[in-house]
Amino acid sequence: MHAHPLVQLSRVKFLEFVREPEAIFWVLVFPVLLSLALGIAFRAKTPAPLAVAVCDGPGAAEASRALAADPGLHPKVLAERDARESLRTGKVALVVIPGDTLTYWFDPARDESRGARLAADAALQRAAGRTDARGIALREMNEKGSRYIDFLVPGLLGMNLMGTGMWGIGFSIVTARSRGLLKRLVATPMRKRDYLLGQMMGRMVFLIPEVGVLVGFAHVAFGVPVAGSLVALALIAGLGATAFTGIGLLVAARPRTIEGVSGLMNFVMLPMWIFSGVFFSPSRFPDAILPLIRLLPLTALNEALRAVMIDGAPVASVAGQLGILGLWGAVAFAVALRLFRWQ
Amino acid sequence: MADIALFCEGLVKRYGDVVAVDGIDLTIRSGECFGLLGPNGAGKTTTVEILEGLNEPDAGTVRVLGRSWSEDARSLRERIGIQLQETQLSEKLTVLETIRLFRSFYAKGLEPEEVMRIVQLEEKEKAWVRKLSGGQKQRLSLAVALVGDPEILFLDEPTTGLDPQARRQVWDVIADVKARGGTVLLTTHYMEEAERLCDRIAIVDRGKVIALDTPAGLIARLGAEHVLEIETESPPDLPRLRNLVDVRDLRIDGTTVSLTVGEVHRAVPALLDELAAQSVILTRLTTHHATLEDVFVAMTGRHLREN
Repeated sequence: MHAHPLVQLSRVKFLEFVREPEAIFWVLVFPVLLSLALGIAFRAKTPAPLAVAVCDGPGAAEASRALAADPGLHPKVLAERDARESLRTGKVALVVIPGDTLTYWFDPARDESRGARLAADAALQRAAGRTDARGIALREMNEKGSRYIDFLVPGLLGMNLMGTGMWGIGFSIVTARSRGLLKRLVATPMRKRDYLLGQMMGRMVFLIPEVGVLVGFAHVAFGVPVAGSLVALALIAGLGATAFTGIGLLVAARPRTIEGVSGLMNFVMLPMWIFSGVFFSPSRFPDAILPLIRLLPLTALNEALRAVMIDGAPVASVAGQLGILGLWGAVAFAVALRLFRWQ
Repeated sequence: MADIALFCEGLVKRYGDVVAVDGIDLTIRSGECFGLLGPNGAGKTTTVEILEGLNEPDAGTVRVLGRSWSEDARSLRERIGIQLQETQLSEKLTVLETIRLFRSFYAKGLEPEEVMRIVQLEEKEKAWVRKLSGGQKQRLSLAVALVGDPEILFLDEPTTGLDPQARRQVWDVIADVKARGGTVLLTTHYMEEAERLCDRIAIVDRGKVIALDTPAGLIARLGAEHVLEIETESPPDLPRLRNLVDVRDLRIDGTTVSLTVGEVHRAVPALLDELAAQSVILTRLTTHHATLEDVFVAMTGRHLREN
């Protein structure tokens, strides 16, 4: 008995992939290294006390003592010229000039400078005899799911699904075209649709290690949680991968050279690297363009991944995003099949 | 008409101002091995690709197994096997994986093991395509053309670039297909290949068929069996050489003079006597059986392979 052509085509696609060491590196190793580097760079740490300069003069020693009572402040007494220079170069967050009127010299553009002003004022007023009208209690938020690495990992996963889908499909198709292999295939009774579907299905097989390795690594190394169900995560990753392989087929439908398809790939992916919330939230962009950004497939994928991984949201709550992904995949596949250049 | 495997009439194909195929008519019978012989750029590949349904003619009719590409493409694809010039199969698949892939496209065909036996690649079953020699790659390319057990096999320059031994192995495979009653259409610019494999040959030049016959018939058209080639220290008196006994034709190619003759043992003494009479000193004399190359040169004034 001979296997169905779709099975053979998917199998061959998968074999060609696993026999390419570079592909394994980019799909499995590189995202882990990237998340490791970024996880270390942005790891949660107790902030160092803010340096505050006190201008030398009457009352300087007293003021310095009062400031030192706040563990978040680190005062030092400096001559006015040195104090000014330290503030200008960012070595201190604030300069205090003691006197009957307290003068705070700060940089309103710097968060730490504004924070130091408030903290220093409270410490000095309290030392001068001000009492708090009400008692206070402090609670610190350091729950998992709130850190930058927790935000980052779903974004990296989305970016990786996009990259693998597009490069993995695009390169092999354009190579096959430039080597005359596509022309040879259409000289057989093979159905063209089967070839394109085989490319997509072969790619789906290595989706499992791809998602597993990154999510597993982030969990072990940084304790990044998967708050929602693994089934939901698998469903979203699968649909995202389908959408991007469809777009990969479309991008690879016509180019004859690797250079041509590479340029086109970068042209398609670059906007999504920037806008789709891989490294930072797209809400930083103007409200006017947000609706467009949310229609990009990578935005939809990242939002859905974050909702499930961080917030533990059910699949139904990301139905809109999944719809966007499904539509991109279906339309791209249909257009690719029409435009495809076999010779 | 059931025994006509391939038929085309008035084929024309233009690329811009260039007319690649300029009115070609062919009728190829079932079980026949038919050759298109001609230099590079003669229009052989374009003609074959039109017959294979991979290229559309600007004018003309094509019938493959009595059917047309526009109506029966899918069923025709099941019944023909194709080897294209310069197809590079996936380098990271093994021989067996490649054959299995192509086998899966056909509703019926040969077992991969049998195909590997026919092309003598059984020992390379698990080798990656990348590791194969040029001749082995070419035989694998024959294997995937044969795996659907085709009624017609199309081969476009099947031995170009191969060394003589690898070429002979490919010929063995083609001879085997022929012996089993298959129809073969092949293009080549090697006259030896065409003479050895083909029942009939069409000589193609500049998009036209300029002669069509059996190899022996084409050579017989020269009216002679042998070719003498001579070089001399000073130019001989050519009209007198032309009128020597048994000389049918004479041509100059650089410093070489070629004489087409009926019988070497009669022509050579006469030639030597004449050169001595002219006081021309001979520096080289060779003789060979007339070949299709000589036919081609006689008809076009050019060689099949121009360097």
